[in-house]
Amino acid sequence: MPPLAIRAFTATTATGHGRAALARALREGRTGLRRNDFGDAALHTWIGRVDGLEDAPLPAVLGQWECRNNRLAWMALQHDGVPEAVTAMREKHGAERVAIVIGTSTSSIGATEEAYAGLVDGAFPPDLARPRIHTPHSLGSFMQAATGLLGPCVTVATACSSSAKVFAQAARLIHAGLADAALVGGVDTLCGSVLYGFNSLGLVSADPCRPFDIARNGLSLGEAGGFAVLERGDDADLLLRGYGESSDAHHMSAPHPEGLGARLAMADALARADIAASDIGYLNLHGTATPANDAVEAAAVAALFPASLHASSTKGWTGHTLGAAGIVESVIALIALSEGLLPGTLNSHQPDPACGPQIRMQADTRKIRHAMNNSFGFGGNNCSLVFGVGA
Amino acid sequence: MTLLVADIAGIGFWARGLPSWAAACDYVRDGSLAEAAPAKPSPQLLAPNERRRAPETVAVALDVALAACEAARMDPASLASVFTSTHGDLAITDYMCATLADDPRAISPTKFHNSVHNAAAGYWTIGVGCTKPATALSSGDASFALGLVEAMTQLASGETAVLLAAYDNQSPGPLAAISSSEGLLGGALVLAKPGDASVARLHVEFLNTRAPMAPGPLAAHLAGNAMAPMLPLFEALASGAGEAWLHAGPSQALRIQITR
Repeated sequence: MPPLAIRAFTATTATGHGRAALARALREGRTGLRRNDFGDAALHTWIGRVDGLEDAPLPAVLGQWECRNNRLAWMALQHDGVPEAVTAMREKHGAERVAIVIGTSTSSIGATEEAYAGLVDGAFPPDLARPRIHTPHSLGSFMQAATGLLGPCVTVATACSSSAKVFAQAARLIHAGLADAALVGGVDTLCGSVLYGFNSLGLVSADPCRPFDIARNGLSLGEAGGFAVLERGDDADLLLRGYGESSDAHHMSAPHPEGLGARLAMADALARADIAASDIGYLNLHGTATPANDAVEAAAVAALFPASLHASSTKGWTGHTLGAAGIVESVIALIALSEGLLPGTLNSHQPDPACGPQIRMQADTRKIRHAMNNSFGFGGNNCSLVFGVGA
Repeated sequence: MTLLVADIAGIGFWARGLPSWAAACDYVRDGSLAEAAPAKPSPQLLAPNERRRAPETVAVALDVALAACEAARMDPASLASVFTSTHGDLAITDYMCATLADDPRAISPTKFHNSVHNAAAGYWTIGVGCTKPATALSSGDASFALGLVEAMTQLASGETAVLLAAYDNQSPGPLAAISSSEGLLGGALVLAKPGDASVARLHVEFLNTRAPMAPGPLAAHLAGNAMAPMLPLFEALASGAGEAWLHAGPSQALRIQITR
C-alpha cells in the first residue's frame, strides 16, 4: 500500500504522561504496575493505573462528556505535539477532510456502572443522566467535540485489537479519498466490568504479569490513552507501511491453538508493506501473559520470523490496556524506530519452552528500519501493523 | 467530491413483524405485516442450545447476515465483514452493570465475553468458519452510515465483496430512559465491486450537510429502535427510489444515488 506519514504520536500510560515518560520507563526497566487500589480494590491483583485523572476534570465547555474515560482521552491528547499536528491538518486540508478513527473496548461504561451503583428510585442519578456517555461512541463523539474535526468520525470496538485496527481503517479512508489526514488512537480505563470480567474467566494474575515466562499465570489490567496523526504522503521520519487483519474463526475468548489468525494477520501486514519477515527489526507482541495467548503467539512468531528478530511484550510496564493496547504498543514500536530502543520483557526471566529465539527478555539498542505491532482480541479478532522509517 | 461505488449483491432484514427482506418489501408496498411472524430471530448458524442462549443482538445479526449472503449466493467464509451497532447489546450492559452493583464476583464469564462490542462479529466468523477480517463499529446515530463507508472503503482497498450487518436491541431496566431503543432490528447488505449480478448499484458521497429526513413506512413502523437511521436506504431499495440520504454525524450526511 502507499505509505502514510505519521505527523505526531503520543501515549499516556501507568508509566506517566506522554511518550517521554514511557520511553524513560522502558529504558530504566521500571514498571508502572501497582497493587490494585482501584474502586473497591477487592481483587488481589496488580494494575496499570494512570496517575492524576481524579484531579483532572474536563474543561467546562466539554463538561457534558465528563467521565474517567474521556478525562484520560483529554489528558493523553495534550502531549507530544498532537494538538499542534491536528491544527496543522485542519488548516492545511480543512476540518471536513480530517477523519477521527478511535478505538476502545469498554468506552465509558465505568460511568454506567457508577450510575447503576447510585440509582435514585430506579433511575440514573441526575449528574450521570447524560445519554452521550452511556454508549460506545462516547469516546468518538468526545474527540469530535474536543477537536472540532468534521470528517468521518467512528469508534472501533473489537476488544483488544481496537486501536490497532484504527490505523487500517484510517488508511482505507485516506486511500479511498474520503480524507487527507486522520486522528487515530484509543482510550480504555479501568472499570468493574473488565476487572471482574477477566477475573471471572480466571485470566487475572495475583502478581505483576510475566509475559512468556514459564511461570506466567495471567494478566495485569491497565488503562491508557494514545493518539497518532496520519497524513497522505511519505515525506516523514516515520511511516505507517502496512496493516493485516484476520479472524481466528475458533472461540470467543481463547486463541486458535495453532495461531492461525495471528499468522494470517502478520503475513498480510508484511505483504501490504511489501517487505520480508527478515526486514522487521522489532516486534511488539500482544503478549498478555495468559498461558494460552503467549504459547500460541510464540509459536506463530517462530513459524514466520528468523531467529534474529527482537520480539518482546511490554505488558509488564503498562499492564494490558485492552482497547488502548494497539495505540500504546504502536507508540512503543515508533519509539523503537526513532530511538533504537528495543525493550525486553519486564518481570519475565525463564522463557516458556514454546518461545523461539525471537522472544527477548533483555533490552537491546540498535538502529532498525521496520517495526511490527501485534494486537489480538476476543472474538478471535487480530490486527498486525508495520511501521517504518522514512527514506 | 469523492464518490464510492458498490453493487448490492444481497439484502437481509429482520424486525418484529417483518422477519425477512421480502416481508419488509411487502410492508413498504402495501402496509401488510407478516402473519404469525416469529417473536425472535432463529439464526441457523448456531447449534440449537446456542441459539436459545445467544444474546438477541447476536441472533439478529447472524440471521440477517446469513440471509444477505444466501441472497447474494456467496460463501460467507469468503467475505470480510463489518458489524455496526449504536449501543451493542443493551441487555448485557444492563446485566453487567446490575451485577457489578449487586455482587461483582457473580459476573458470568460467558456474559462477560458476550459483552464485547464485536460479539456478533466473533460468533459470525466462528459460525461460518471465516478467517477474513471482521470489525465492529459504533458512531452513535450515524453508526449505519459509518459502517457503510467502512465496507465501501474495504472494497476500494482490494476486497471483492464485503458483508455489512447492522443491529440494535431493546433497552431494558434503568438504561431504557438513557440509551433509548425499542424492539429488535437488523439489516445486512453484501456489497461487491461493480459488476453484473447486482440488485442495485450505490453511488455514495460523504457531505458536510444535514440529511433531509423523509420517513417512509419502515421508519414510521420502527422509529424507536436505535438502528432506525439505516432505514432510509432500505426504504429506497424496497420502493425503487433513486436516492436516499443517511445521517452520518452531527453535521454530516451520506447522499446515495441508487441505479438499477
